[in-house]
Amino acid sequence: MTAPLDTPAPKSVRRDWIPHVVIAIGIFITAFPLWVAFVASTLSNPEIAQAPMPLLPGNQAAANYGEALLQGGRSGRILTPPVWEMMFNSTVMALSIAVGKIIISILSAYAVVFFRFPFRMAFFWMIFITLMLPVEVRIVPTIQVITNLNMMNTYAGLTIPLIASATATLLFRQFFLTIPDELVEAAKIDGAGPMKFFRDVVLPLSVTNIAALFVILFLYGWNQYLWPLLIGTDARMQTIVIGMSKMIDSAGGPTDWNMVMATAILALLPPVLVVILMQRWFVKGLVETEK
Amino acid sequence: MAELSLSRVRKVYPGGVEAVKDIDIAIPDGALCVLVGPSGCGKSTLLRMIAGLETITEGDCRIGAGRVNDLDPSDRDIAMVFQNYALYPHMTVYDNMAYGLRNRGTPKDEIEARVQEAARILEISPFLDRKPRALSGGQRQRVAMGRAIVRKPQVFLFDEPLSNLDAKLRIQMRVEIKKLQRALGVTSVYVTHDQLEAMTLADILVVMSKGHVEQQGSPLDLYEKPASTFVASFIGAPPMNLIPVGAGENGPQATGLTGGRGLAVPAGGATLGVRPEHLMVVAGPVPDDALGITFPVSAVEAVGAETFVYGPIGGSGQEIIARLPGKALLAPGTPVSVAATAEHLHLFDSQTGKRLGP
Repeated sequence: MTAPLDTPAPKSVRRDWIPHVVIAIGIFITAFPLWVAFVASTLSNPEIAQAPMPLLPGNQAAANYGEALLQGGRSGRILTPPVWEMMFNSTVMALSIAVGKIIISILSAYAVVFFRFPFRMAFFWMIFITLMLPVEVRIVPTIQVITNLNMMNTYAGLTIPLIASATATLLFRQFFLTIPDELVEAAKIDGAGPMKFFRDVVLPLSVTNIAALFVILFLYGWNQYLWPLLIGTDARMQTIVIGMSKMIDSAGGPTDWNMVMATAILALLPPVLVVILMQRWFVKGLVETEK
Repeated sequence: MAELSLSRVRKVYPGGVEAVKDIDIAIPDGALCVLVGPSGCGKSTLLRMIAGLETITEGDCRIGAGRVNDLDPSDRDIAMVFQNYALYPHMTVYDNMAYGLRNRGTPKDEIEARVQEAARILEISPFLDRKPRALSGGQRQRVAMGRAIVRKPQVFLFDEPLSNLDAKLRIQMRVEIKKLQRALGVTSVYVTHDQLEAMTLADILVVMSKGHVEQQGSPLDLYEKPASTFVASFIGAPPMNLIPVGAGENGPQATGLTGGRGLAVPAGGATLGVRPEHLMVVAGPVPDDALGITFPVSAVEAVGAETFVYGPIGGSGQEIIARLPGKALLAPGTPVSVAATAEHLHLFDSQTGKRLGP
């Protein structure tokens, strides 16, 4: 990190020290809470309660993670299901939302860009305007609908209302608009019908965009709070974000902070994994347009 | 192979704009027809109507015996080469050429044979596994041609296929397209705005302006007997000199002009046309039936094989150009006398621009 003081540093290195310090501070601010969470997840509860809390990992890691994963948290009278169950729920929700949103929005963008039908722009603007209506704004009527359809405590109820996405539609539309008209015409002459053109040309060209969107939407789905809180009234339908918050006893009773932290670290893993695995595609999708 | 005919074809856009007006063109089997005109003249629209990418508002488009107005582009048995090539960026060169055949359900070994054959003709065999992005402009152009060839269509359609290439490559590809079209004997329609490309490629040259056909025929016919001032100034480079003249006793009347006896200029005046390359430097008087022009030289462009001489004519100040062979040693400011023989003079109506006389 720091240049050796006794050897003359190259000019550029000396000039670069300010950005490095800024970056170091940034990393510290971001990483320190994570470190504390990780350390806390490896300590016993009394150890956490000490002041100051130790900043080096303890020896309770296996016990804490095992208990969290398989038995679930316990704080006061509230019992949360095992973390693996909640993670499963979260994974199903995040995957369904990401995949569903991509399918719906790529198809609607395809229709809006490549087909000439009456009120095409009206439909586009209708989709666009829903950007102004996030889940939180329409939550009461949406709950009403889901209740009437008997979709409370189901995966369908958890995911379907979140699937329609104006943002993703807009992104795909902007990308499709960059596909030259001649390509569409060449495909027409080559005898490719609309769905064939979609499958053989549009979809392969959209791969990087799809990958980038998948990362963003997976994180969006994974981090959902309000909607799963209302829909998953049954403990079996709880997502990990909800479960974690319920582990903290708001009534002031004792909270198993080591359990909460172990759960938090576990909750962190899938999104991090998705980002790391998809990073190459993600960056490509944001910076590169292959035409 | 087949002949292509358009009869009384019109295109009217929903807004009422008439892009193509009443066009009749018949292209015999195996001929290459070039549509040429300034941008916005409707030539590309007409080509896209033949391709089926634009609807035909009125009239008939026939390929062979069949009327194709209502057929999808893929059912018209045509192949098109686009200006920007329109290659599928994610497919290899091989797949680009094979795609249309696969969609038609052509057997695999047949596809293989046709693609290899086309690649051999176009000398792109080494690139079959590459993506278009890894090819140069000229190579992409060849792939686009290959995609058309493998289909063995009734009609080739070219939409300004060379305008994205640099000048040298353009000339080379122009020659190759001509050879290829000859060799394959496929009826072709070729759109360009480049008159030289049009002249060199065409069996039938169609000059279009504002949605209608100004003149059609063999390139040399159009060069020798332009039907209007528009064609006269569009075909040939530099363009034909067009000089407004009045009716005199012995022919055209304008300052700086002599001779021209035998040209029947109407009482209201006319436009006299003479090509720059038909003007020769003369010393002394010109024959009565020839046209003599005397003007002060304002600029000289020597390009080696020939020299372009510019100067204002008469009182009107209109500039005329003479294209003189070799190195003409003329200094700007000195007067020069040039003349053109009677058979090289053209007369046009000053109002309509239509050709007068034979």
